[in-house]
Amino acid sequence: MLKINNLTKRFGGLAAVNDVSVEFAAGQINAIIGPNGAGKTTFFNLVAGAMPPTSGSIEFNGMDVTGMAPDRIARLGIARTFQTTKLFEQSTVLDNLIVGHRLRTQSRLWDVIINSKRLRDEEKKCRAKAAEVLDFVGLSHIGHRYIADTTQEERKRVAFALAMATDPELVLLDEPAGGINPEETENLAALIRKMVDHGITVCLIEHKMDMIMSLADKIMVLDHGEKIAEGTPEQIKTNPVVIEAYLGSEEDVEA
Amino acid sequence: MDAFLQQALNGLTLGSIYGLVALGLTLVYGILHVPNFAHGALYMVGAYISYYIMVDLGLNYWIAMLGAGLFVAVLSVLCERLVFHPLRHAPPIHDKIAAIGILLFLEAVVQMHWGSDFRRMPTPYTGILEFGGLVLPAQRLLIIVGAFSIMGALHLYLKKTMTGSTIIAMAQNREGAFLVGIDANRVAMMTFAIAGFLAAVGASLFAPINLVYPAMGHLVIMKAFVIIILGGMGSIPGAIVGGLIIGFAEALGGYYVSSTYKDLIAFVLLVVILSIKPTGLFTKGVR
Amino acid sequence: MDRIANFFASPAMKVVLLAFALIFPLIAGSEYQIYVMALAFIWAIAVYGLNIITGFCGQLNLAHGGFFAIGAYVVAILTVDHGWAFWPAFVASGVFSAVFGFLVGIVSLRLKEHYFAIFTLCVGFIIYLLLDKWEALTHGSLGIINIAPPEGFGLIDFTRTIPFYYLVLFFLVLAIVLVSRISSSLVGRTFLAIRISDDLAQSLGINLMRNKVLAFVLSTVYAGLAGGLYAGVVRFIGPAEAEVVHTFDIITYLLVGGIGTLMGPLVGTMAITWLTQAVQSFEEYRMIVFGPLLVLLVIFMPKGVVGTFLTWRGRRLASKAPAKEGQTRVGDSATSSKEASDNA
Repeated sequence: MLKINNLTKRFGGLAAVNDVSVEFAAGQINAIIGPNGAGKTTFFNLVAGAMPPTSGSIEFNGMDVTGMAPDRIARLGIARTFQTTKLFEQSTVLDNLIVGHRLRTQSRLWDVIINSKRLRDEEKKCRAKAAEVLDFVGLSHIGHRYIADTTQEERKRVAFALAMATDPELVLLDEPAGGINPEETENLAALIRKMVDHGITVCLIEHKMDMIMSLADKIMVLDHGEKIAEGTPEQIKTNPVVIEAYLGSEEDVEA
Repeated sequence: MDAFLQQALNGLTLGSIYGLVALGLTLVYGILHVPNFAHGALYMVGAYISYYIMVDLGLNYWIAMLGAGLFVAVLSVLCERLVFHPLRHAPPIHDKIAAIGILLFLEAVVQMHWGSDFRRMPTPYTGILEFGGLVLPAQRLLIIVGAFSIMGALHLYLKKTMTGSTIIAMAQNREGAFLVGIDANRVAMMTFAIAGFLAAVGASLFAPINLVYPAMGHLVIMKAFVIIILGGMGSIPGAIVGGLIIGFAEALGGYYVSSTYKDLIAFVLLVVILSIKPTGLFTKGVR
Repeated sequence: MDRIANFFASPAMKVVLLAFALIFPLIAGSEYQIYVMALAFIWAIAVYGLNIITGFCGQLNLAHGGFFAIGAYVVAILTVDHGWAFWPAFVASGVFSAVFGFLVGIVSLRLKEHYFAIFTLCVGFIIYLLLDKWEALTHGSLGIINIAPPEGFGLIDFTRTIPFYYLVLFFLVLAIVLVSRISSSLVGRTFLAIRISDDLAQSLGINLMRNKVLAFVLSTVYAGLAGGLYAGVVRFIGPAEAEVVHTFDIITYLLVGGIGTLMGPLVGTMAITWLTQAVQSFEEYRMIVFGPLLVLLVIFMPKGVVGTFLTWRGRRLASKAPAKEGQTRVGDSATSSKEASDNA
């Protein structure tokens, strides 16, 4: 479903992502791991279109999306979450989610001025979608709560729900388990599995190795922007190159 | 040719003042990470304090300049402590609005105390030097020499002292400074003090060939913004070079194109530059 | 306590406000007070404009006063130098602000955060310089006098204060109704997503430029039309209308009332206008108070009067809700949040 060919991104002379080729199959959980500064987030930014690659190409469902604007990529069905969960603090959880389905609607300013039927229908549709994804992530009971009053884990779930509201085929999760405790991590892993069960392909960046090893179908290891290994969790665990890379920066494994 | 050289010289004068103001602005940008709209007001207050010490107290020009520099340095530090420090975790739009609040306040206070008349500040250096057809009033020479000596001194301070190198580190990248393990508060205060001092000295140097009035900071600060966008936010050489570019552009454009619209030149330049390259002229690829 | 709070946030409050505005000319102490109120309404329209781009969309536009001045100058130049009637000139002021806003928008909105603020500050200054220096078009620093007042077609005389007051009130209500529709609609939610973060909005499939330009043009049309009305009531304008201090006034009104809220612009404009009026001699030095007020507001009360009230009330409601958590279905919270956003 996602096919990356010789992807490279340079900042000045520095290659943050260097000649990475990889393929992620539909309906799987794919993990990207690697020490800090290995280029993982840059890789996500490239796939999501947040920045154009220096060279190489990205194919999504057989379509070349290289250099496409991020909003177009989102409409094609790639959603993402960010390391820091930014939400609108002064409104409720549900209110935050309604805009998530905006990309599947057509209403323009004119519809607002005349309060058209299309607008009313689409607002209903977005509201229903928000309620649906809220239910999906198991937060229906706090839909009316203000974001400012939610916990870190709830925020993560809201971010998941927001990504889900775009009706994606592929979801990119950037450190979904960052900053939450082990038990919550378990719950979040279960939620990620649930997403896959609903036919969504997941691609995630994570430092928590236990979670990755039990969750991922496929792992790609980046180091200094280069792909040093890919394979199943078992293959990665025993791969000498990976062990070498991680021994070189022990603290990152724990981080 | 002589006319060209004459205008180039005027451009150098303007450019060195702009450079001084932009330097302070760019250093403070490194701390705040938002443009300090109040910087122009500090410049204006500097000119008034200088004027006060010289005209009302009848003291020497140099004492006035130093006095203004120190006064505004303290004022600048107060702004940091009382306003920007409490806002360090707020969204950037808040810092910008707070800076505007300081600007409005300082202007209103000055206007209430001194009125909105235009005042002329005297200078002890009224002589005119001539170099083979080129006319150079002594005050302009003083501006050029003064501004560049201060830039030189600042350069030494930033390169040779620990605090100085931290200020540079912060101007370029915030995290870098915390790695060094230096007291960020002290660095922030020092930076604001330097920026205030530079603005006041720049104003004291420039005031004798210009006028002193409450809104005098508006144009200067806006040009300083143009300069740091030209030179790259947080870049010290960028501020100096950018200052000179704008200074020359204005002097030459005012002479050869139109003197009515010479104040527009800097802004038109900015509009053109940002239209072509939205991240500024000399910015390196940032992640 | 809660009942009072609920009343303030209820639609009934809006009826009361409107009723008060309608009878104000009857209870006002003098014609001057009606005139002040009409001017305040005009500024409030401009503040609503700034609220769209800065409050909803999160982009600090420092050229807003410049667009107000442009609207005023379009009406002045067309009526005085080209013999247009007021109403066509008024429409032209809206059209011209939209076109000019669009041109400025497509260049400036590619810039992020502070670059945008600096750029628009410079645009505002360019507008001022042009109005001041381009004598052939703008009469330079002399300004323009004898601007045509709105025609009443023999029915109403808009040069008189009270009819003009109602005219301005009509436009203000129109302005608020439109903003209210926008803010609770998908379009408004799209603006809010951009305010949270450009990256987040894009990841949700939102076209940044298209939406930012839309918000910007809306805001400049508001400013331009407010300026056009201003020219019609004051009938004398000069380059001083474009001074950056007016933009700062507008920001103060917005911040005091509550940035990003529906009633904030009105509350802020009214509060500051009448506070300033209360101390007549204060007008010239108002910034001695406004300046520190801005600073204190962003430090201690960044949401302004209305925003602080709504957050306080919202949390109160939310903290009570869990008591009946069992029955709270998604549909319920959907309607309650709809109410909250309608009242916001």
